[in-house]
Amino acid sequence: MAKITFDGIEVEVPDGTTILNAARKIGGGVVPPAMCYYTPLKGSGGKCRACLVRVAAGSAKDPRPMPKLVASCITPVQDGMVVENTTSPQVLDVRKGIVEMLLINHPLDCPVCDQAGECDLQNFAFEHGVSTTRYEEERRTFEKIDIGPYVQLHMTRCILCYRCVYTADQLTDGRVHGVLGRGDASEIGTYIENIIDNDFSGNVIDVCPVGALTDKTWRFKQRVWFTKPMNAHRECSHEKCNGHVTLWYKGKDVLRVTARKDEYGEVKEWICNECRFDKKETADWIIEGPAHVDRSSVVSQGHYELPVINPQVIADLPESTVRDLQQNPPLKLGGFNG
Amino acid sequence: MGRKLLTEHVNVEGIETFEVYRKHGGYRAVEKALKTMTPEEVVDEVKKSGLRGRGGAGFPTGMKWSFLAKPEGVPRYLVCNADESEPGTFKDRYLMSKLPHLLIEGMIAGSYALGARTSYIYIRGELLYVLRILEKAIAEAYAAGFLGENILGSGYSLDLYVHPGAGAYICGEETALLESLEGKRGNPRNKPPFPAVQGLYARPTVVNNVESIASVVPILNDGGDEYAKLGVGKSTGTKLFSACGHLNKPGIYELELGLPVEEFIYSDEYCGGIWKGRELKAVVAGGSSVPILPKELILKTAAGENRLMTYESLSDGGFVTGTMLGSGGFIAMDETTCIVKNTWNFSRFYHHESCGQCSPCREGTGWLEKVLHRLEHGHGSMHDIDLVVSVAKQIEGNTICPLGEAAAWPVAAAVRHFRDEFEWHVKHPKEATQPGAVYRGAGVLV
Ligand SMILES: Cc1cc2nc3c(=O)[nH]c(=O)nc-3n(C[C@H](O)[C@H](O)[C@H](O)COP(=O)(O)O)c2cc1C
Ligand code: SF4
Ligand code: SF4
Ligand code: FES
Repeated sequence: MAKITFDGIEVEVPDGTTILNAARKIGGGVVPPAMCYYTPLKGSGGKCRACLVRVAAGSAKDPRPMPKLVASCITPVQDGMVVENTTSPQVLDVRKGIVEMLLINHPLDCPVCDQAGECDLQNFAFEHGVSTTRYEEERRTFEKIDIGPYVQLHMTRCILCYRCVYTADQLTDGRVHGVLGRGDASEIGTYIENIIDNDFSGNVIDVCPVGALTDKTWRFKQRVWFTKPMNAHRECSHEKCNGHVTLWYKGKDVLRVTARKDEYGEVKEWICNECRFDKKETADWIIEGPAHVDRSSVVSQGHYELPVINPQVIADLPESTVRDLQQNPPLKLGGFNG
Repeated sequence: MGRKLLTEHVNVEGIETFEVYRKHGGYRAVEKALKTMTPEEVVDEVKKSGLRGRGGAGFPTGMKWSFLAKPEGVPRYLVCNADESEPGTFKDRYLMSKLPHLLIEGMIAGSYALGARTSYIYIRGELLYVLRILEKAIAEAYAAGFLGENILGSGYSLDLYVHPGAGAYICGEETALLESLEGKRGNPRNKPPFPAVQGLYARPTVVNNVESIASVVPILNDGGDEYAKLGVGKSTGTKLFSACGHLNKPGIYELELGLPVEEFIYSDEYCGGIWKGRELKAVVAGGSSVPILPKELILKTAAGENRLMTYESLSDGGFVTGTMLGSGGFIAMDETTCIVKNTWNFSRFYHHESCGQCSPCREGTGWLEKVLHRLEHGHGSMHDIDLVVSVAKQIEGNTICPLGEAAAWPVAAAVRHFRDEFEWHVKHPKEATQPGAVYRGAGVLV
């Protein structure tokens, strides 16, 4: 185990844990943003530089500060390490710069982008950036490409996080897309527009932090904040999929199906294309209840979900009330009214 | 002229062949190492020599070798970085094409020292003719029993391969090189793990520059202590410099480290002064990535001392008034050179060569190029001058590999030392865009 101090808060984590995951253990506002790192994807991270932090002391053994800011998503903790994120003006300043860099070639077409409302780049820019740009040049643009019957690639919006590449590498047996070209001319491409035809290809949509890879069966159907996410499952025949999904409802209609994500937007369990694209009837599913949506998200504006009670508060409640809550948890109190 | 350790026989007829090379003392170092020394003793000699990496960073080679992890039963590799693509640097190709056996000999000695049984020379794709020269020489070395099984009956075996890249500057960065050598896209890796622990095929690996490896040969022949007697302070031995630009005698010079820069530029023994009787304006002393210095600061340090061709002296004054020895690509610019144009030109190179993995470099290099293009072509504003400095600062230190710095430093240094020239471009766009027009201080136009 290693004990580190992160933004003045002590936390103990197993050796080998990354700084980012140590911060996630603390949770809340001190957690550095991550635009490329994705826990389920081996090898991801280190690229976007959104998560840079300052290591004020390397370890108890060698308490010297690290000369450069480090990517918290790939840097393992050392016992006695002291890390500064929100407490370092340098980090906050550099992060503003990263937002600026990620946006200079971004089309900022949120009003017509399907990802708006659940876009990591929107959130990142809103929380860490400045509202003006110093970029006057023409932005990089690409043609939209259909890759297969379900997925559309709008490369103009891509931030080259490589998540979809790792997903295809690690989930499907034979990746047919990847990064072509170099520098700011790099693009995600399916060489000679090969079609991604694979039972798990739809997962690239879920991992994409922006609106570069979108679900063609859902495009332009609805703004995400007008929909209600419900967790549901089904008996899936695919051996690698256990059918745990989130259904996105508008009224009685299932507009899309996605994998379930945690509070950091990371997929908990990959789902197959059959669950994602072919099962769009409520009758296909056993409904579990509303999916938890972070209250800071615009998706929560539907107010269908009561706040989850803090466990510490629960500990102080009378036993009978706790039992009551357990039988009827607040998560399920929300009004799913079909 | 000072002593030459690497290029002494470079002009001997047929020196690229095994036979002639051998006649001139070639492969003595390998014989000595394999027959009379343990691998540790070879590493010790290199340590004693004080040799510093010739690929740009100047890291002590002996120390690098001693850091190599040596887990039981796991292969290790020596990889020679022959990707040489930094603008202004063209010493390795010269060495390899003229003296292929020198590199091969260094590779054998180095591989023996590190316990590598398979070694690679990763060569820049455009240098196809050099690859052919090397392959021919390697075949000769195999035939003569210096490569392959049981070399010279010592029980030590080594296979040596040459592998061409596809012509990407970034593949000179050692971890991108390893990715490329493994057959993948040449993206630099995140570090740690460092190559010494997980390099080629995730095995412990040392990556060294061509010249570093070649220097092992004279070090073993003469002994590390003898080698360390050459040079000044921590800059020991001799080093190749590729001199180019507005010089009377551009070319490749092997110098004992410590020669005054002024002598290197003006002496007839070396570059013979600035061409066409013109004045020197600025020098980029160590390849396009290092900060540019104006004449006054390249000849003398801020403290007024003679600047020497050593790691320490060139970096005296830090980046405020100094630069770096880098890879030894010495670019001299005369008074008719437009610094704004040159800075734009360099930034165009880095924009083109960024691998695009990390956002500050991918987006920042393009941005720099565009704003510098604007400044050079008379559409810039005063604000743009501060903008390029600010963008460079946003890249520097925040990227996966040092290409970010390599792109940022030249821009920051150009504005630091030649700000008035940038401002002149903004204030006098008409004059500045006339063909051949150059600012010469105090508003004087050529
Ligand atoms: C963008 C970039 C390009 C590089 N290109 C070369 C190169 O062409 N040749 C080289 O020897 N080193 C190059 N280097 C330095 C290598 O990463 C590495 O430090 C060097 O090969 C180590 O060898 P040395 O210790 O013998 O100098 C480059 C570094 C960077 C960041
Ligand atoms: S398409 Fe999306 S997931 Fe793939 S690299 Fe681009 S931003 Fe990342
Ligand atoms: S700094 Fe530039 S070249 Fe290096 S890894 Fe990042 S994007 Fe690639
Ligand atoms: S999340 Fe760490 S670099 Fe992208």
